[in-house]
Amino acid sequence: MIEFKNIGKHFGENIVLTDVSHVMQTGKCNLIIGTSGSGKTVLQKCLVGLFEPDSGHIFYDGISFTEMKTQARKELRQQIGMLFQGSALFDSMTVEQNVMFPLDMFSKLTHGEKKTKVNEVLARVNLEDANNKFPSELSGGMKKRVGIARAIVLNPKYLFCDEPNSGLDPQTSLVIDKLIFDITKEFNITTVINTHDMNSVMEIGENILYMYNGQKEWTGTNEEIIFSKNERLNQFIFASNFLQDAKDMRMLEAKGIISDDRNMEEMLKNGDKLSN
Amino acid sequence: MDFFTHFGRYLIMLKGMFTKPENTKMYWKEFMRQCVDIGIGSLGIVSIISVFIGAVSAVQTAYQLVSPLIPAQTIAQIVRDTVILEFSPTLVCIVLAGVIGSKIASELGNMRVSEQIDALEIMGINTKSYLILPKIAAAMVTIPLLVIISMVLGIWGGRLAGVASGILSADTFDRGLLSKFIPYNVFFALIKSYTFAFIISSIPSYYGYYVKGGALEIGRSSTKSVVVSCIMLLFADYVLTQLLLTH
Repeated sequence: MIEFKNIGKHFGENIVLTDVSHVMQTGKCNLIIGTSGSGKTVLQKCLVGLFEPDSGHIFYDGISFTEMKTQARKELRQQIGMLFQGSALFDSMTVEQNVMFPLDMFSKLTHGEKKTKVNEVLARVNLEDANNKFPSELSGGMKKRVGIARAIVLNPKYLFCDEPNSGLDPQTSLVIDKLIFDITKEFNITTVINTHDMNSVMEIGENILYMYNGQKEWTGTNEEIIFSKNERLNQFIFASNFLQDAKDMRMLEAKGIISDDRNMEEMLKNGDKLSN
Repeated sequence: MDFFTHFGRYLIMLKGMFTKPENTKMYWKEFMRQCVDIGIGSLGIVSIISVFIGAVSAVQTAYQLVSPLIPAQTIAQIVRDTVILEFSPTLVCIVLAGVIGSKIASELGNMRVSEQIDALEIMGINTKSYLILPKIAAAMVTIPLLVIISMVLGIWGGRLAGVASGILSADTFDRGLLSKFIPYNVFFALIKSYTFAFIISSIPSYYGYYVKGGALEIGRSSTKSVVVSCIMLLFADYVLTQLLLTH
């Protein structure tokens, strides 16, 4: 569990975060959502210690991260895995070397044991045949999967993902979302995901924090978000007509007007415009 | 940002390098990789430059020493001393500032921009220590060696050009080489090369490590690092010469 209280951060005159508090739950996909510039990335970087917050406290399983000494932080960071927006793979290393790097640095395993572990992790992300490829030879989705493999190779307790679906097609995005979700459940990890991809929100958002203008605006689950009355949140999530239609459909379902086995084709043929 | 801000941050960066390594073996591996990159990688260009520097200095010295009263072996002495005192340590290091400096700055800059440095930090690795220290250490080990190789090749180039153009015979050149040799000059050249090695590896590391932005900024910081390194190198050259060669 990661708890943060009253986090504040500014860069010069620009106030980026104001009094943000929330609890990221263990074994769940915790999402930080919001428009570009709402402070999601800065908040995540504060949580992992890449930025120092100006005010507030961060607790990892009850232990204060903000007051930790450098050495203790280094030790805690070995329990943190992070998937970066651009994957951040080491260009000069092969996929195998990239994934093996944390093991080389921190484990006392033999080379054979490390190799077995790397192969296991790569198999887990469905990349069995990519060991000897360089990052430049991989597609965007494959890079993300290597990034996930590298993040989980040391069996972390906390997994951070910064925009895991950026630059990916919807189908690959679903694969990545499912992979993150499955890994979270399998290893009982506290996963924190930064995203503005509404598909991810609806698919895996078990605990959602909506940020607006550097402040906490709304929290809830993917079940609750669709029915939220928060105006700013609604503007954000229903920016596309498709989602507005989806919401209307759920409303109609809830009222019993339509059922799950409705004939969509027939409805479309009749020109039903649900949002009207 | 003003000079003092840069300088303060540069000092903090240098201080930050000296922490206990997370894994000594990995640091050693990185150090050896840098030694190969900096040392072996620059050997070709250093060799070519050195031979031609020696050759040109032999021919130009002969051109300027028109008096028949000055013995021909003086040419060898002048070639030897200019190569050892100035050409090999200074000129070679200026070239290396371009070759190595831009490589270090762009490598670190690219790692910063593509979040590879952040990825290492998240893993709990001291990036200043893991990425910068091996580069500076490797430069401090290999550049003085390159300078020594450059001295030998520079003098050999002067001998080759002198003999080939009929300015003086090989015997005369060799006699001139041994005449009035001051071993302190080699010591002075090594002091200079250690200082320059530190300058041309640490300044580009600073500019690369703290780069912000994208590809354009990486290019800018790389160019800036080379310019600043060259200026600092020439300034250090003057200071060291003043301190160590004037009595």
